[in-house]
Amino acid sequence: MTTRTLQFKIYRYDPDQDQKPYMQDVAVEVDSTDRKLLDALVKLKAVDDSIAFRRSCREGVCGSDALNINGRNGLACLTDLSSFPDGKPIVLRPLPGLPVIRDLIVDMTQFFKQYHSIKPYLINNDPPPERERLQSPEDREELNGLYECILCACCSTSCPSFWWNPDKFVGPAGLLAAYRFIADTRDQATNERLDNLEDPYRLFRCHTIMNCVDVCPKGLNPTKAIGKIKDMMVKRAI
Amino acid sequence: MVNRKIVGAHYGLKDWLAQRITGVVMVVYTLVLSVALLQGMGNSYDSWRSLMAAGPMRFLTFIFIVSLCWHAWVGIRDIWMDYVQPAGIKLVLHVLTLLALIGYAGWAAQVIWRL
Ligand code: SF4
Ligand code: SF4
Ligand code: FES
Repeated sequence: MTTRTLQFKIYRYDPDQDQKPYMQDVAVEVDSTDRKLLDALVKLKAVDDSIAFRRSCREGVCGSDALNINGRNGLACLTDLSSFPDGKPIVLRPLPGLPVIRDLIVDMTQFFKQYHSIKPYLINNDPPPERERLQSPEDREELNGLYECILCACCSTSCPSFWWNPDKFVGPAGLLAAYRFIADTRDQATNERLDNLEDPYRLFRCHTIMNCVDVCPKGLNPTKAIGKIKDMMVKRAI
Repeated sequence: MVNRKIVGAHYGLKDWLAQRITGVVMVVYTLVLSVALLQGMGNSYDSWRSLMAAGPMRFLTFIFIVSLCWHAWVGIRDIWMDYVQPAGIKLVLHVLTLLALIGYAGWAAQVIWRL
């Protein structure tokens, strides 16, 4: 089996012990069965078991292993080891802009607060039909590219507007989810949802920088969803 | 007053739209002016003056100035909102910005119609 040694530079910070964060150099040997960055991280944990990171599904579904990899947000479990050139250390940092709990683990409270603020659930006061609320295939089509979000926060934590106003700007992930329900023909709270976003911070702090689109590991496009919300607001106003 | 984060002032859309529309107006005016200048209408004081003093041009220049001020108002206010936190100072800065911009627009109108 061919093996390869990977050099890492990893952000380390344990608030109970460290005065301030530092970068640690570690090397780890991987073989041909290790295909993703997460595989290497798991091996790294065997070299130094004090390194803390989150992960669960290891296949891009749970959204828990989002990291800043060589300066770019992404999921460790979807990042191919073969994408790293030989001889250059792989720099791993926690997602930018959120408080660090320890090493690569960030506190996602603010991110989820914004997500909850858009009421991420169907609002429909009609009594539920016997089986399910139906939609035409065309109406259902509009939800593609929206419902797939795994809330990994790669997008919101690469958005400069979210870095600066995390308490006031909903951020790309939350806005994508907002549009998912605004676009849903089964939802009855469209007006309230638009009202909820129509202030200078919550939606309009997006300046179409498109960092979010660039990093989304699921290939989603929050900027497009944000544009559609703006279109709907304009339509409503004129 | 309790210290809670409050958002929900309902002028987000209006300001965003205004910024787009005034942006388009400024682009159009810039194009019109560039064409006029390329045609040599700025080569001498007299030709420049007859250009700027013509009725339609006065109208366009005035609309441009108003757009510029309005556009600047939204942009500068966003800066105050992002970088100044105490509400009192923020309000004062907003008012000063607004007054300055209104003053500039009036001054510009006076200049345009004095030509
Ligand atoms: S939109 Fe993409 S990057 Fe953002 S939270 Fe959802 S899956 Fe992650
Ligand atoms: S397009 Fe908007 S939401 Fe996306 S990164 Fe830029 S400012 Fe943030
Ligand atoms: S471990 Fe679940 S998304 Fe990577």
